[in-house]
Amino acid sequence: MKRFVYINDDSYQDVYRDNRISNTKYTLLNFLPKNLWEQFGRFMNQYFLLIACLQLWSLITPVNPASTWGPLIFIFAVSATKEAWDDYNRYVSDRQANCKDVWVVKNGVRRNIQAQDIRVGNIVWLRENEEVPCDLVVIGTSDPQGICNVETTALDGETDLKTRVVPPTCAGLDSEQLCKIKGVIECPNPDKDIRRFDANMRLFPPFIDNDTCPLSINNTLLQSCYLRNTEWACGVAVYTGNETKLGMSRGIPEPKLTAVDAIIDKLTGAIFLFQISVVVVLGFAGNIWKDTESRKQWYIAYADEDPWYEFMIIPLRFELLCSIMIPISIKVSLDFVKSLYAKFIDWDEEMFDQETNTPSHAANTAISEDLGQVEYILTDKTGTLTENKMIFRRCCINGIFYGNESGDALKDTQLLNAVTSNESSVIRFLLIMTLCNTVVPVESQTGGITYKSQSQDEDALVNAAACLHMVLVSKKGSIVGINFNGQRMLYEILDILEFTSDRKRMSVVVKDCQTGGILLLTKGADETIFPCSYRGQQIRVYVDVVEQYAQLGLRTLCLGWRELREDEYLKWSKLFKEASSSLIDREWKVADVCQRLERDLEILGITAIEDRLQSGVPKTIETLRRSGINFWMLTGDKQSTAIQIALLCNFICSEPKGQLLHINGNTEDEVGRSLERVLLTMKITSSEPKDLAFVVDGWALEIILTHYKEAFTELAVVSRTAICCRVTPSQKAQLVQLLKSCDYRTLAIGDGGNDVRMIQQADIGVGISGREGLQAARAADYSIGKFRFLKRLILVHGRYSYNRTSFLSQYSFYKSLLICFIQILFSFLSGIAGTSLFNSVSLMAYNVFYTSIPVLTSVLDKDLSEKTVMQNPQILIYCQAGRLLNPSTFAGWFGRSLYHALVVFLITIHAYANEKSEMEELSMVALSGAIWLQAFVVTLEMNSFTFVQVLAIWGNFLAFYAINFIISSIPSAGMYTIMFRLSRDPAYWITMLLITGVGMGPILALKYFRYTYHPSAINILQKAERSRGPIYTLANLESQLRPMEKDATQLAINSPQTWNPVYEPLLSDSPSATRRSSLPSAFDIFHSAQSRLSSSHPRNIKDN
Amino acid sequence: MSSSLASVSTAEESGDTSPQQKQSKKPKYSRFTQQELPACKPLLTPGIVIGIFALIAVVFIPIGLASLSASESVVEVVDRYDADCVPSDMQGRELDFIQNSSTNKTCTRRLIIPKTMKSPVHIYYELDNFYQNHRRYVKSRSDKQLLNPSKEGETKICAPEGNTPDGKPIVPCGLIAWSLFNDTYTFSVNSKIIQVNKKNIAWASDRSHKFSKDVYPKNFQKGALIGGGKLNESIPLSEQEDLIVWMRTAALPTFRKLYGRIEEDLLANEEITVVIDNNYNTYSFGGKKKLVLSTASWIGGKNSFLGVAYLTVGGLCLSLALGFIILYLFKPRTLGDPSYLSWNRNPSASAD
Repeated sequence: MKRFVYINDDSYQDVYRDNRISNTKYTLLNFLPKNLWEQFGRFMNQYFLLIACLQLWSLITPVNPASTWGPLIFIFAVSATKEAWDDYNRYVSDRQANCKDVWVVKNGVRRNIQAQDIRVGNIVWLRENEEVPCDLVVIGTSDPQGICNVETTALDGETDLKTRVVPPTCAGLDSEQLCKIKGVIECPNPDKDIRRFDANMRLFPPFIDNDTCPLSINNTLLQSCYLRNTEWACGVAVYTGNETKLGMSRGIPEPKLTAVDAIIDKLTGAIFLFQISVVVVLGFAGNIWKDTESRKQWYIAYADEDPWYEFMIIPLRFELLCSIMIPISIKVSLDFVKSLYAKFIDWDEEMFDQETNTPSHAANTAISEDLGQVEYILTDKTGTLTENKMIFRRCCINGIFYGNESGDALKDTQLLNAVTSNESSVIRFLLIMTLCNTVVPVESQTGGITYKSQSQDEDALVNAAACLHMVLVSKKGSIVGINFNGQRMLYEILDILEFTSDRKRMSVVVKDCQTGGILLLTKGADETIFPCSYRGQQIRVYVDVVEQYAQLGLRTLCLGWRELREDEYLKWSKLFKEASSSLIDREWKVADVCQRLERDLEILGITAIEDRLQSGVPKTIETLRRSGINFWMLTGDKQSTAIQIALLCNFICSEPKGQLLHINGNTEDEVGRSLERVLLTMKITSSEPKDLAFVVDGWALEIILTHYKEAFTELAVVSRTAICCRVTPSQKAQLVQLLKSCDYRTLAIGDGGNDVRMIQQADIGVGISGREGLQAARAADYSIGKFRFLKRLILVHGRYSYNRTSFLSQYSFYKSLLICFIQILFSFLSGIAGTSLFNSVSLMAYNVFYTSIPVLTSVLDKDLSEKTVMQNPQILIYCQAGRLLNPSTFAGWFGRSLYHALVVFLITIHAYANEKSEMEELSMVALSGAIWLQAFVVTLEMNSFTFVQVLAIWGNFLAFYAINFIISSIPSAGMYTIMFRLSRDPAYWITMLLITGVGMGPILALKYFRYTYHPSAINILQKAERSRGPIYTLANLESQLRPMEKDATQLAINSPQTWNPVYEPLLSDSPSATRRSSLPSAFDIFHSAQSRLSSSHPRNIKDN
Repeated sequence: MSSSLASVSTAEESGDTSPQQKQSKKPKYSRFTQQELPACKPLLTPGIVIGIFALIAVVFIPIGLASLSASESVVEVVDRYDADCVPSDMQGRELDFIQNSSTNKTCTRRLIIPKTMKSPVHIYYELDNFYQNHRRYVKSRSDKQLLNPSKEGETKICAPEGNTPDGKPIVPCGLIAWSLFNDTYTFSVNSKIIQVNKKNIAWASDRSHKFSKDVYPKNFQKGALIGGGKLNESIPLSEQEDLIVWMRTAALPTFRKLYGRIEEDLLANEEITVVIDNNYNTYSFGGKKKLVLSTASWIGGKNSFLGVAYLTVGGLCLSLALGFIILYLFKPRTLGDPSYLSWNRNPSASAD
């Protein structure tokens, strides 16, 4: 479990791997087998391979095997090429990193070698602005204090500079000595935790120092960081190559499957079953026909002796004939349009954040449809809803409020006066603001001082203190320089008791260099500081103050201090050192030791920091809620602040319009009772026009998630809004998991490292590329610059993607079924022997070319304009409920393909009967009929036509004729002269017109009838927007809307039986089957009558 | 700041945050990328839809009438002879009759011409319940062999009629050629023989590009089983037009194939005597054989399907258009009235 790194000792170097980085998935040799193996992991590919192999048996194949092998090889080649290209790029970037020159000590001399030759134990020399090639333990820097600064953006996304220090044993060694240093570092085996490094170092003579020196993450330089503001640094390589922290944390994220993909998979499965049953039935019938009828047909000349496999031949022929039911082109088409959806997001100008210069980005190109089906949005608060731009607004020092009148304490003359008059409590307050932090002052060339900090709060405090004449000037090692009113003060930082999310406070122990006194300065959340105050401290007033500030939506921090006696400090210091050098449970032990010091504090006051809402947040939340999306706020902040922010951004309504239910309690029973009460209230009041929301804190949530999961799930389903405060990252992820287990589509949005788990857990993770670094944005599927872009992401991109994919996928099945049904019908006229009506070339071109190109342009289709959707977000329900792609709409397309196949086939065989019934001609007539129909079907189902669509549909139509004319002029082709003969025959054109008229007439009539007399909301809005008729504004819509929504809520909950299952994905898992009923939605009721209508006739795709 | 290249893939953003690179990352505007291409958004207004149906009716009904009259102008004489050409003493034993080479298969039929038939009069034979589209049958031919004298050995796919029992390739091989139709007809009016032109009955493209003039029949119908007709071995395939016609397989189990043309007018009420050599076996599977004399029109032979279908569709569209007009007059709808939106209307009212 441990590794021992011998510094600068060549004899031990081969134990661990070298520093060659390899991110590639394949090698030149294993690429083909490995890639093929991966591709054949998918059911569809296995199916196509099986079909292609069966086709090699010429006895059963109805067509040339090339008609399947061609597309199959093409598809495989495309994905393999893509993989190979990606892998090659990885290889190139790896090689760049591996071949970089680095300075390494070899045999006591610094030598220039390639980065990949670094071995564990080598001493690596770095200069300013160089990238760290592997994980190092710093042993020397140019700084006499042994400090260096690193930028860790590539590792954790944080843009601030972090300070790294040389461990005490190595402090003060010069570069000559560093080249000769020997020793051993005892460290854990490689892991991916970039915040922990619990190790020890011991040096060998002549650097003897009996103490084993503890090492932490503060003594490391991790791979991919940059050395900044430090002339040089050197360190011992401890983890190399792919075993570095970065290398270990580089995982392959699990691919996410969208709801649409799941439905398509299920439909594919259903089609497969249908195909099998067709094959069995026709195979059986074919064998009977063969045994009874074709024995009499002497010209077929069946042999008397059958081979043993004879009974299988006809079923297998039908299997091959029907194999095109599952369109081979659907995967390629879907991949293509999905990457285009993602590109549209990347390209979107309106989602470009001018302020931070970040465009939106879709990192996951495969899940755009899910955006349109979101039902729950789980959002972080800080940095997501708010700007995370902290401004110090108010404070309360010693019971006196500052900044209450003006709203800005920095302009409060009372406070300024207090500062100038050296009021001791105020000075101490400022001192804590200045000292109790990890801010690094950086002096710029112009002489000004800027601060680099990890926490926005600390930054705000230090800046505010500077405004109040307490300026943090320098930090040189442990000595901190402060300029107060022109007077220079020096403090020595003895220990830093770090902030952790469990402790929720941090302290520093400083020595006043002027007086020599030792002080403990603490800041932290009120509930963790108040218990540490000394006996007799008046906490009451501060509790009120915290409450008051939280009401205003301000973030509060409580500041306290204590003077330490020297002997007390020394005793504690020993314990602290012990704890921080322990290898096991170090964090817990340190926390325990810290606890011992942080007691009997005198509370000095409260700071209040404002975190402004991002622009457009209330509007965005309101719009998205109207579209039927439920919002949960998950925040680490305290309850009152969270509620306040929630009120500010329309998240919840204040009384009497809304009601907030609290779930609290400290014990299991209390929480349980509270939860039951809330659940009951929720059910009773659901009939009242009220916006209900519940609030739960992290502690109660922990109890609930372990003991009352069922009741909570029930609550989650009936509640549209929830606020969870004081929750940990893992609880956030658990809540996402809970909603997902109820089969809801969840979207998690956040900006910080604490949101990463929730983002990865959710169906869709959205990261805000904000001030807390890019960690969340990098883990997310989509990254956007501002919260308000979420509206556009969901309503525009998500909705369009869903609509387009629904159409594209169902159309792909339609056209495959169409040609397949024609073949089946033909088999009834060809002795059920499995003769293919169409030749190989036509079949292949039909699937991959004639019918694939036009429908691809549905990526440009817009049923409603963006503006209309934004004004009527309720329309999103069509996507959420999956109304455009579900078994009943699919049944419509299925019926349509059957109808069209009948039309094409019956008209063809009657128009081309008797002397005209020549095989090649009849086949071409039927094929042309199918092509004519598909052109009109696409035209009818598209909602808007740009020149691209017109070009694709009718260009493709003309291309069909052009291609067939070309093939018809090749003498060796089977179709030689066919197209010329047909085009000269007026009967051909008359037949085409007839097929189109009969095929499309009823569809047009039905569509028109429903469009006019049973319009869906989409239809009405289409008419409204296009006829430029009564354009209604949002305002008057809203006035009508408010009461309606509530009535709807009432109705939906009181009468769940009015819910009609037709729109539900019937094949989906059971929990979803009941859940829609409890959602407050007026649409189901309105549409229940219509749904019966729509399911009864073969087309309810775009417009129900 | 040195622009040391970010080496690990995840490091690429680190460069972007450096202050030198201040260029905007704003996406470039184009109508395509912003999904703002100008688009036509047609609306199914009553006017358009009624107009479309009316248009269909207006176009379809005349075409229907034209097709129907063209079909009606075709004069067609159909005579089924398979049953009647079996001598009365052989009734019930048709199979014995047709398979016995010694029976007299000549049969005389009299046809009355109902209307004057302008030349050319096409002579077809019609077979029924004959599956030329059967998978076993339709594949049993070797196109290479037909076209290229050097490839006469390519008979693999022709099995079981690829080679003679002693292994010589059959030209033309395969079940299709083997089952060549071999009834013959001789026409006469008032004992005057009517000449039947059997030239150019096959597609010119087939004669020039599918059947070679250098390939001669070989070993044809020499096997144990005799199928249909025999071929004159001194005539190249490209001139064996009956074979070429036969080998254009029919897609449907009932089909007509061109036998020849009579290039003189047949007058109304003329009685035509046809002497039929009834050789072809359809008795084993109960298929009918018919002799068809037919003129042609621009739409082909006599086939009222297209005309009737056009008139039906036209009529239906006309009534649909009228129906929609009436519906529109009695139940007018305001286009895009937002009060129809479910969230704008009283849900309790819409639920019923």
